[in-house]
Amino acid sequence: MRTIMTGNQAVAEAVKLAKTEVIAAYPITPQTVIVEKLAEMVDSGELDAEFIRVESEHSALASVYGSAVAGKRSFTATSSHGLLYMYEMVWWVANARVPLVMSVVTRTIGPPWNIHTDHTDILTMRDSGWIISMAENVQEAFDLTIQGFKICEELSLPFTAGMDAFQLSHTSEVVDLPDQETVDEFLPERKQSYVFGDEDFTVGSIGPNEYTFKLRKDTFETMLKAEKVVEKVSREYEELTGRNCGLFEEYKLDDAEYAIVMMGAWSGDAKDAIDELRREGIPIGLLKLRYVRPMPRKIKRVLEGKEVLVLDRDCSMGVGGILGLELKSFVDNVSNVIAGVGGVDVGVEELVKMFSLFVEGKLEETWWFV
Amino acid sequence: MQVVECLISKPSKGSAGKTGLWRTYKPVVDESKCNLCMLCWLYCPESVISSGGSCIVIDYEYCKGCGICSEICAKKAIEMVLEE
Repeated sequence: MRTIMTGNQAVAEAVKLAKTEVIAAYPITPQTVIVEKLAEMVDSGELDAEFIRVESEHSALASVYGSAVAGKRSFTATSSHGLLYMYEMVWWVANARVPLVMSVVTRTIGPPWNIHTDHTDILTMRDSGWIISMAENVQEAFDLTIQGFKICEELSLPFTAGMDAFQLSHTSEVVDLPDQETVDEFLPERKQSYVFGDEDFTVGSIGPNEYTFKLRKDTFETMLKAEKVVEKVSREYEELTGRNCGLFEEYKLDDAEYAIVMMGAWSGDAKDAIDELRREGIPIGLLKLRYVRPMPRKIKRVLEGKEVLVLDRDCSMGVGGILGLELKSFVDNVSNVIAGVGGVDVGVEELVKMFSLFVEGKLEETWWFV
Repeated sequence: MQVVECLISKPSKGSAGKTGLWRTYKPVVDESKCNLCMLCWLYCPESVISSGGSCIVIDYEYCKGCGICSEICAKKAIEMVLEE
């Protein structure tokens, strides 16, 4: 069904269609509308789920940790400071290999107090063992959330579906929603990782050092396998809906000599900027990352022989953009620019200027674009 | 996931090892004073005290020597003795 809705509404619809059984969340702009919408659905009986009102984000993730360990399909959502407040549980959930989905509506970390988009918040999860995805538009925010449940349950790893504050969360776009039967066919019932009959047991109690070592090694190896699982699940989703939402998207990249790498809503503006430069005959294309974890290693092959510019809406102080650092670890010819941090507006015009400087070889490395 | 057993623990005696090795002072019971009121059993945080019929019995493999039993004993039947 084609309809119009905001990113927040679309994510709530995805959570409903996934037949989520437990939801716990604490309000924070710009995420609040997701759980408000879900609370309404639970209240009206449209969604048969337990909605737990909690006193903090730490408790929100702790609650769904418990319900997901117990075998229930579970969801929470947060942003920025809320994410940082639940940071202990972010690691706890991943280290305990608990499958659940969390929507992170990316928002600047203060001070100064700022509610606009910046990717530094979601990237604080980078090393924790979560699957980390990022949407370009409302449709992708919806699709990634639905797929997140299947991916996390197959891998026994938590999944975060990221989308940019306001640019997606509060912007209405046309979305195509699959019907319940299609989603049911795609998404089987929740699998349980811990099955011990009626015996009592504790998850995540004290253990020998070697157990921790074994667990971390297993998560590392699972993350490597995750690339295949994401691709498999996105193919299954494509067969049912016609939309591919795999690890990354290539845009006019085949014959490109210059490649832009980035993630999130502003990738749409980058496509327009690339169209403009293409009209001037410049062989430039875009590789849009939909996933940061697992990091799609095969982009090394896709980017081979091209001049690469990685665009970051986030930074690691004194070193560079976080995606820039990541790509430099395995891709050749990478330059890196930090822009749009703190929600500073970067539109098509600015991107055209930036990409032109890059093509002319006049772009300063880790240039702070203003 | 092949490592689920690394995350799971089930109720069992001494799952964290022989914690009696941590002890500095050892609770020693005077059998002639103990009247089996079981206050020490109630207060013991490690569940290492049981009834031996005529006197309480302490499981020294897991007793950490905290001394709560000695403090709580109304009959002053438990003395804390420095371990050798």
